Amino acid sequence: MNHQFELPASYKKWTLGLIIAGVAALIYGFIMYHPFAHVSHGPGHGGGHGDVNSTRFWAVLLQNSVFWLLVVNASMFFICVTTMAMGGWQVALRRVPEAISSVVPILGIITFVILMAIVWGDRTDIYHWLDEEAVAKDRILNGKKGFLNPMFYTIVSAITIFLWWFLGKKMRSMSLETDKTGPMDYESGKKWIWKNTVWASLYTVVFGLTVASTIPWLWLMSIDAHWYSTMYSWYTFASTFVAGMSLVALYVIFLKNRGQLEYVNEEHLHDLGKFMFAFSVFWTYLWFSQYMLIWYSNQPEETKYFIERIGTAEKAGPYKGIFLFNLIINFLAPLLILMRKGSKRNWTMITFMAVLIIFGHWIDFYQMVMPGTVKNHPELMPFEFGIAALFIGLIMWGVGRYLGSHSLVAKNHPFLKESMIHHT
Amino acid sequence: MAGGIKKFVVGSFEDEAVLFPAVKNVRKAGYKIHDVYTPFPVHGLDHALGLRETSLHTAGFIYAITGTTTALTFMTWVFTKDWPLNIGGKPYFALPAWIPITFELTVLFSAVGMVLTFCYLCQLSPFIKKHHFHPRATDDLFVMAIECTDKTNDSELQQFLERTGAKEVNVQVAETGWWLGRYDRDQKLYRDEKGY
Repeated sequence: MNHQFELPASYKKWTLGLIIAGVAALIYGFIMYHPFAHVSHGPGHGGGHGDVNSTRFWAVLLQNSVFWLLVVNASMFFICVTTMAMGGWQVALRRVPEAISSVVPILGIITFVILMAIVWGDRTDIYHWLDEEAVAKDRILNGKKGFLNPMFYTIVSAITIFLWWFLGKKMRSMSLETDKTGPMDYESGKKWIWKNTVWASLYTVVFGLTVASTIPWLWLMSIDAHWYSTMYSWYTFASTFVAGMSLVALYVIFLKNRGQLEYVNEEHLHDLGKFMFAFSVFWTYLWFSQYMLIWYSNQPEETKYFIERIGTAEKAGPYKGIFLFNLIINFLAPLLILMRKGSKRNWTMITFMAVLIIFGHWIDFYQMVMPGTVKNHPELMPFEFGIAALFIGLIMWGVGRYLGSHSLVAKNHPFLKESMIHHT
Repeated sequence: MAGGIKKFVVGSFEDEAVLFPAVKNVRKAGYKIHDVYTPFPVHGLDHALGLRETSLHTAGFIYAITGTTTALTFMTWVFTKDWPLNIGGKPYFALPAWIPITFELTVLFSAVGMVLTFCYLCQLSPFIKKHHFHPRATDDLFVMAIECTDKTNDSELQQFLERTGAKEVNVQVAETGWWLGRYDRDQKLYRDEKGY
């Protein structure tokens, strides 16, 4: 069977359509929301309606770029941890997360440009810590100055995105090489697996130091610069990892529908479903741990984060609906629907749940970014969805490019047989 | 002690790879396999035997929601009706604080419930004895017991089993249910058996 995949015309049409819609939204925002208008300093000062839209423009770009970048990056993490665990079951579908992770450099550059525009464009409405006057007067922010300053932010972001790209590229090229070099014997296979394990562990260490700790602090948590949570980075990781696994499942189902990935069957789908189920519960665990500790100790500087979102007993906050909706679609729905074995082995059900989970965690990121930036003016309008469409279109374009130009089965991978006979 | 005395033709296999086609051929020939006893769990054997999927996980789910309800109703009753306490100015109905306990009770009920259900279904318990078709079934042999009916021709079946690759074939009349007894007291060791 030929494992070369010809991208269907409908896929190209959708990719183009989403990118056009996204660019239209971007241009609309560019013209209507005055993204480069002068910003009022700090919260509470001024803030006419035009101001809010200017903030909204950057906040939406920040939310989407960081979310989609971390989602595609999660694919490479999946490859690396399964490599290090000597996993065999995923080999039949391994080219799919590889293709998704090939979008990291594209989204990485876009994210970097957006972050730099925010930081060097002095967007104090996004990151309060950019306001030097306010920081000088503020004991807490003054103490965080060594970490929260434009130079440090720029350097760490640049190194991080570079390392994700570089190490991911290395993992992908080692996999693609096997297509050319042909089947491996025992010794060369062992050597190849060992080389993969070394690079995968390097990536995983970098991943731990960035996605699972510093990067969410810098890019997202510093929006609420006075507030901190030790759960935040894990929470961000869980959110993007479960969305990333859902994206892998979606592509696997798409390719399977097109008659590709001949070795993938319900057993592999079942395992992807288990990942979606387990990490939805893991996300909830972190969500709840963050919430309960703050609720219990009831310190004003900590509860502020939740008051901005759900409000108080007397007055509901503007994000209360989204906050509860977030919990329903990211916890209750996956828990109750994906619990059964049958639904994890059902192609239609996994498709539905994957879309739901990706959307749910997009909303999760929305409620992480917006309350600290646009404050009491949450909007979920065509502009927000348009920017999301732009990023989805870019991901579809990048993934399609990789899928169309390489064999869809890593046919010389030493563990392929293990994946073919995989059953639970 | 449900069961009763029945007659079985028992074949012992030394290799999984021989066992699987044997199971398939015996079933195809129309014989009724009582059970296959293996020294370790064999992947796919349940499928080859045509056993239905276990309902143990459904039972587990029911135990779990029982645990959830028990925890929530009990804590609600204690802290809002029976003995309301002001703890750190929190409301009497302090749901977030109860979630960990609710979770633990959910896990506890489902875990303990499933273990007990499993033991019940497998008739595993101290002081309960069952007939062993071959003592080496817990060591290194795969033992297949085929139930005989009035119409079964024993010798024909024995020859058939030998052809499928069984190393040892015999006929046993055995109690299929359980009875009271102690394995540590009245256990016949394999080295005392005939033919060791």
